[in-house]
Amino acid sequence: MERLLDVRDLRTEFATGRGVVRAVDGVSWDIMPGETVALVGESGCGKSVSALSVMRLVAPPAGRISGGCIYFRGRDLLALSDAEMRQVRGRDIGMVFQEPMTSLNPVLSIRRQLTEMLEIHKGLSPAAAHARAAELLGLVGISDPERRLRQYPHEFSGGMRQRIMIAMALSCEPALILADEPTTALDVTIQAQILELMRDLARRFGVATLMITHNLGVVARYTDRVNVMYAGRIVERGSARAIYARPRHPYTAGLLCSVPRLDAPRPAKLVTIPGQPPDLTRLPAGCAFAERCPLAVSRCREERPELDEVETGHLAACWRTAEVTKELAA
Amino acid sequence: MSATLAASERAGQASPPHAPVLQVRGLVKHFAVGGGLAGGGRAQVRAVDGVDFEIARGETLGLVGESGCGKTTTGRCILLLERPTAGQVVFEGQDLTAMSDSDLRRARRRIQVIFQDPYSSLNPRMTVGQMIEEPLAVHGLAPDPARRAARVAELLSHVGLLPDMALRYPHQLSGGQRQRVGIARALAMQPSLIVCDEPVSALDVSIQAQIINLLEELQETFGLTYLFVAHDLSVVRHISDRVAVMYLGRIVEITDRRSLYDDPQHPYTRALLSAVPIPDPVVEASRERQVLAGEVPSPLAPPTGCVFHPRCPMAVAECSRTVPPLKEIRPGHHAACIRLEPALPRPLAERSQEQAASNDR
Repeated sequence: MERLLDVRDLRTEFATGRGVVRAVDGVSWDIMPGETVALVGESGCGKSVSALSVMRLVAPPAGRISGGCIYFRGRDLLALSDAEMRQVRGRDIGMVFQEPMTSLNPVLSIRRQLTEMLEIHKGLSPAAAHARAAELLGLVGISDPERRLRQYPHEFSGGMRQRIMIAMALSCEPALILADEPTTALDVTIQAQILELMRDLARRFGVATLMITHNLGVVARYTDRVNVMYAGRIVERGSARAIYARPRHPYTAGLLCSVPRLDAPRPAKLVTIPGQPPDLTRLPAGCAFAERCPLAVSRCREERPELDEVETGHLAACWRTAEVTKELAA
Repeated sequence: MSATLAASERAGQASPPHAPVLQVRGLVKHFAVGGGLAGGGRAQVRAVDGVDFEIARGETLGLVGESGCGKTTTGRCILLLERPTAGQVVFEGQDLTAMSDSDLRRARRRIQVIFQDPYSSLNPRMTVGQMIEEPLAVHGLAPDPARRAARVAELLSHVGLLPDMALRYPHQLSGGQRQRVGIARALAMQPSLIVCDEPVSALDVSIQAQIINLLEELQETFGLTYLFVAHDLSVVRHISDRVAVMYLGRIVEITDRRSLYDDPQHPYTRALLSAVPIPDPVVEASRERQVLAGEVPSPLAPPTGCVFHPRCPMAVAECSRTVPPLKEIRPGHHAACIRLEPALPRPLAERSQEQAASNDR
């Protein structure tokens, strides 16, 4: 099967007062049609910037994509004109952001926000667009759609707003949805509702999803393949099952150990990853994780490890990957 | 002072012999909203609607629930940052709600707070050293400047920061370091009770674990008592000795950690626990999940009877009429649900076996 999205050696940087921040520093990842892929990591690891780069929404002049290719259905998005890119956004690739209140326009009715896209991208008549908008609200579990269409974002709860965002993302029948921390702002019972809804709809319509999250539980429940990012690079990639059963990068192993789990005996002390992520303007020459890594040797500080296959479909960027065990940090 | 020892010590405090540090009795906080200057047609948000609990010395009580359940307002009422509409907050034997302002200021030194967002709770124009020093001077805890500087250095080392951090400004610190400063400032007042309001929710997981471990070490070293307000059930399980679950202004279940997580009784607690994804795809694939329908109703117009009944899978007609009181379902295990019957006492042998089996929990 052909890849739906194929990101190759993507580099995105931001000019700041302190120097150039290499937010995304040469990452490659892909998504097959209908697949759910996770991009997981902590604040500042470059996961959101990766998604913004795919949509070409990195704000100039500070931010720019400085290298790489982003093939979507075989076409390099970075080579498209602005007008062509506008056709892709919303129609071929939908987006769901963390905070629905800031992504919805507060002064436009829900109807206007849903029908606008349908009229522009799908060329529907106002009446047809209205009917489709009502149908979409029903699809995402919002009852009484006719009344709800007349309302404004502030009249909805956080969970309902996120359902509207999902309806908007799905409205033009995209092949791919980029979901950036879609449930982080929501309560746990609502988070479960939204994630179940996203999964059901993705399966029903064969939509591929990129799930960007820091929540390892969400990754385990809802995704097929996982990319773990650290300091602008992918440090590990594999099937969710393989990565959770046997992480092959010390950072992944450390992350998995540091979250308290409801299904395991309570440890007397939580395992921690010492220190904090590096300054992205002054990345070290070697492995960016070496400073915090319990396995680091001198080679790790001098030579940067590339992502390399450790087993079929399971890759890690680590010189000491053979030594990594799940209980590493403990 | 190993961590295991501390854990076993805490476990031994299940029935404290001494008086509780904090007793909250019949706490109610209503906010008036809407309406105009004339005051007509104003509605009441029943943020906290009759909450009772106690915390023993050295204990951590976790207070969990979703947004708007009243957990933060409960914490703020204990700090008297909000005047309770009704009820008592008895701290070390004295009712804070009945105190004069000057008495309250003195008493409040012994109750400190750690907020969720350390950045917005630190003054951007003051150095870390100045921020920790100021309350020491105000409360006369270290009158001369040399003693204060030494105390600041000591406090920084307690929270795992180097002494030169005293010269930094908040924007020069990472999120984890800012939270450590917030903790140092709370410690400066030699408190006996600390209200921790979502202290790790804004932090990344690797940093979260560092702060949780720090809070546990400090509790052990200084004999602190914590009210730990949070929405993350896994974190609350890790840090708490007892846990109270709130829903729409009320406590629906309260018991020790082990009973709550191993044998949750209230249907809301069960739904909450089932909604938390486990970071393990194999476990998740075989896990039965119960997705709760609907959303939390508005506290402006809470449902009649049991506030949870519109979303409850166990609800019967009676639930919409009767407000369920918190009742003891098992020894030390309270839940507010009319569908739950107190369990019959079981043979002693069976119980002690279970106890042994769950000792590592």
